[in-house]
Amino acid sequence: MKNNPSLQERVALITGGSRGIGRAIALKLSAVGAYAIVNYAKNLAAAEETLTLIRKQGGNGEVVPFDVADAEGTRKLIADMISRKGRIDILVNNAGTSADGLLVRMKDEDWESVIRTNLTGTYNCCRAVAYSMMKRRWGRIINITSVVAESGNAGQVNYSASKAGIIGLTKSLARELGPRNICVNAVAPGFIVTDMTKSLPEEVREQIKEQIPLAKLGTPEDVAGIVAFLATEEAAYITGQVIHVNGGLYM
Amino acid sequence: MSIEEKVVEIIMEQLDVTKEECVLEASFIDDLGADSLDIVELIMALEENFGIEISDEELRKIRTIQDSINFIKKKKGLLT
Repeated sequence: MKNNPSLQERVALITGGSRGIGRAIALKLSAVGAYAIVNYAKNLAAAEETLTLIRKQGGNGEVVPFDVADAEGTRKLIADMISRKGRIDILVNNAGTSADGLLVRMKDEDWESVIRTNLTGTYNCCRAVAYSMMKRRWGRIINITSVVAESGNAGQVNYSASKAGIIGLTKSLARELGPRNICVNAVAPGFIVTDMTKSLPEEVREQIKEQIPLAKLGTPEDVAGIVAFLATEEAAYITGQVIHVNGGLYM
Repeated sequence: MSIEEKVVEIIMEQLDVTKEECVLEASFIDDLGADSLDIVELIMALEENFGIEISDEELRKIRTIQDSINFIKKKKGLLT
């Protein structure tokens, strides 16, 4: 990490950082020098494991529990963090959930809970950090969306709607905060090997693979690389974009 | 420091303007070149510094430096 301390002194908050893509992002950001605040909602053991891995590679950070869907709790804990650390320079809205099912059979609560965590959760965190970033005239917000926000996917009307909502939020916020030197972008993973996609039946995974030009599922590290890049000074002229990381599945 | 002085100091910092430009009747938008984002930031800075809350409705009525000073005094109970 001595070779590329591009995020030295930066403080990063990664929501849903205990597992999967969030963990890989936390590790990557800390590997390039950022102080990584790993948020989790339920899985303390997994979050602590992420922190252990961060420390093992010579990085530093902490774990902070809050549910992004809870506006009040999120706002309070993020305000505490900002007053304690002096700032949050990089916010990665990664926390997400899914509750798949065909529309005609979908429970209202499955619609609402997915929208609340994925879309409202992203809003809650942006809302909590934006002003302090404005005052500092520097900030990076990176929202994790999904390929299905643009391609659509049967069985995921709730999930894809929440992720498409994140894209709209990203573009509008990029326009609002651009004059304050804050870049807001979205990263749209395709099929990545995580707990979320592990639940898919093997035959479905094989079918998906056949549609991917690079002929394999992605890894969390494939996503983490571009997220870390967007957080750097080199990405200072990139805002309002949706960057796809999907092996060519959707172009 | 008086409320007037403090307000002018905050405006100078937020809008990057000189003390000479900060005459009481100066309009934030027309005279001091503020855009909507500047105004929001300024209002939030005033809220923070004076420990008050300014609603969106009230915000629309604040056009000049004098307006903001009057408003803060009113909130603080210094002006009826």
